[in-house]
Amino acid sequence: MLALDKVGKTYPNGVHALERFTAQIPQGEIVAIIGGSGCGKSTLLRAVAGLDRASTGSIRIDNIDISAPHEKIGIIFQEPRLLPWLTVADNIGFGLSELPVAARREKVAQALARVGLSDKAQAWPRELSGGQAQRVAIARALVPQPEVLLLDEPFSALDAFTRRDLQDHLLDLWADTRPTLVLVTHDVDEAVVLADRVLVMRPRPGRLFAEIDVGLARPRDRASPLFDAVKRRVLTTLDRSLDRDVPDSAPAETVGAWW
Amino acid sequence: MAMTLDTTALDATETRATSVSNKRWQRFARPALGVVLPLTLALAWELAVWSGWSNGRLVPPPSRVFATIMELARSGELWRHITTTLMRVGAGFGLGVIAGTLLGAISGYWGIARRLLDPTVQALRAIPSIAWVPLFILWLGIFETSKVALIAVGVFFPVYLGVMGAILSVDRKIVEVGRTFRLSGPAMIRRILLPAVLPAYVVALRVGLGLGWMFVVAAEFMGASEGLGYLLIDGQQLGKPAQILAAITIFALLGKTTDWLIELVTAPLLRWQDAFRPSGET
Ligand SMILES: Nc1ncnc2c1ncn2[C@@H]1O[C@H](COP(=O)(O)OP(=O)(O)OP(=O)(O)O)[C@@H](O)[C@H]1O
Ligand SMILES: [Mg+2]
Repeated sequence: MLALDKVGKTYPNGVHALERFTAQIPQGEIVAIIGGSGCGKSTLLRAVAGLDRASTGSIRIDNIDISAPHEKIGIIFQEPRLLPWLTVADNIGFGLSELPVAARREKVAQALARVGLSDKAQAWPRELSGGQAQRVAIARALVPQPEVLLLDEPFSALDAFTRRDLQDHLLDLWADTRPTLVLVTHDVDEAVVLADRVLVMRPRPGRLFAEIDVGLARPRDRASPLFDAVKRRVLTTLDRSLDRDVPDSAPAETVGAWW
Repeated sequence: MAMTLDTTALDATETRATSVSNKRWQRFARPALGVVLPLTLALAWELAVWSGWSNGRLVPPPSRVFATIMELARSGELWRHITTTLMRVGAGFGLGVIAGTLLGAISGYWGIARRLLDPTVQALRAIPSIAWVPLFILWLGIFETSKVALIAVGVFFPVYLGVMGAILSVDRKIVEVGRTFRLSGPAMIRRILLPAVLPAYVVALRVGLGLGWMFVVAAEFMGASEGLGYLLIDGQQLGKPAQILAAITIFALLGKTTDWLIELVTAPLLRWQDAFRPSGET
């Protein structure tokens, strides 16, 4: 269980980026966070990853307080952030340095096969396409088997086709060990394809506006009317969140059933 | 499945074939391209003197310079001068690199150390290094120590600046990758910072080496009885331009060779680099 309790963040320059963000995310759930630009999504994710510290509130995984990077948490950024001096295989094995060489090699080989890049094991990151590089980043984050994987707009730099491919890929990989996924995205389609629950945020200061249960069976059919209905619901909520005249629908703690 | 296997096999042989011809090109043709210009100039001058266009007294033709080198080599003098100069450059370069790397790394890594150290180093850097010569001679005598010290000072600054600048400009995003994998301080240095600064460090070493060669001449001008710089002064005092040119040629060869050695030794460490390569390079 990932428990966020009234998480707030004020940057040293005075920007109030996040206020009283509360959410409970059970193990294995896929949550998408969506919202206008600058509403604190990255801020929230970085706090959960332990890269930045929240100014107020608490972040706990299975009752462990998170204030620094933790082995149970992995993160994937918008850019692949591969280490250019390591081969693809070594990049994937980066988080496994405590393992004996043989075990590490086996895990890396498995992960490479899993993301379909076995033939690129010895390639340099510069020799990969954007989509391939992001797949390596996913593999690198997943091989240490985190309980929570955070993704900050992981596919936004890719074309629509590659993006779909990687979304399906991510779901496949998720099914292996069922980590909790917290995914920040700007793409409503992506949120509805992947998530069990969509959290909509609104800016100034960044806070939770609404949450929407997707409630569609997997695998999901992007063309089904049900899918469309959920998508429309997310879109209208998103519109309302950006409309300054709409008041916060409910105190953040009880926002669950706002409609 | 068989199809894909076949095409990959084909691809492999193809790339191997191109890489072989590439290697051959790399080994012979490309260096050859570099000597075209100096050879043409030398040949032109040789012809000019030979055809009586110039008497070649002040600017002796390549053949005479070459003869001088051979003469010096035969008497064994040449090796003495070369080894002396090489020893000086080597010692000065080594000391300068060690000091520059250590202080540069400290200044780059710890903000407090940088605020404490860097202003002083920058102030010292503003002094033309040759200005130290009289002081070094007073302190260290006119023999090897003062010469090596001067060279070390020359090498120190570019290495210091290079290392510090490289550390300061390491990409935060890459460092964050290290943080998410919870690297300890030493592991962060070894696995992220060192490889990240390596390309800039190699450049700093090469700049430092260039300055080392520059300063060895200055050092040998201030009273030396051997060394290539001594050959220069000796040639001037005795009016032997061929000897001066011989020494200059050897400086050029040694400078280029040592620089190339750094490049050669570090190339395997930098294969990963994704840098701009002008067309025609692989
Ligand atoms: N390091 C920082 N220092 C100061 N202010 C920051 C910093 N990072 C972000 N902010 C501010 O905090 C607010 C939230 O930023 P954040 O990056 O979390 O938004 P976001 O929801 O991820 O936006 P986007 O969708 O554009 O990525 C913004 O107003 C931004 O200007
Ligand atoms: Mg963001």
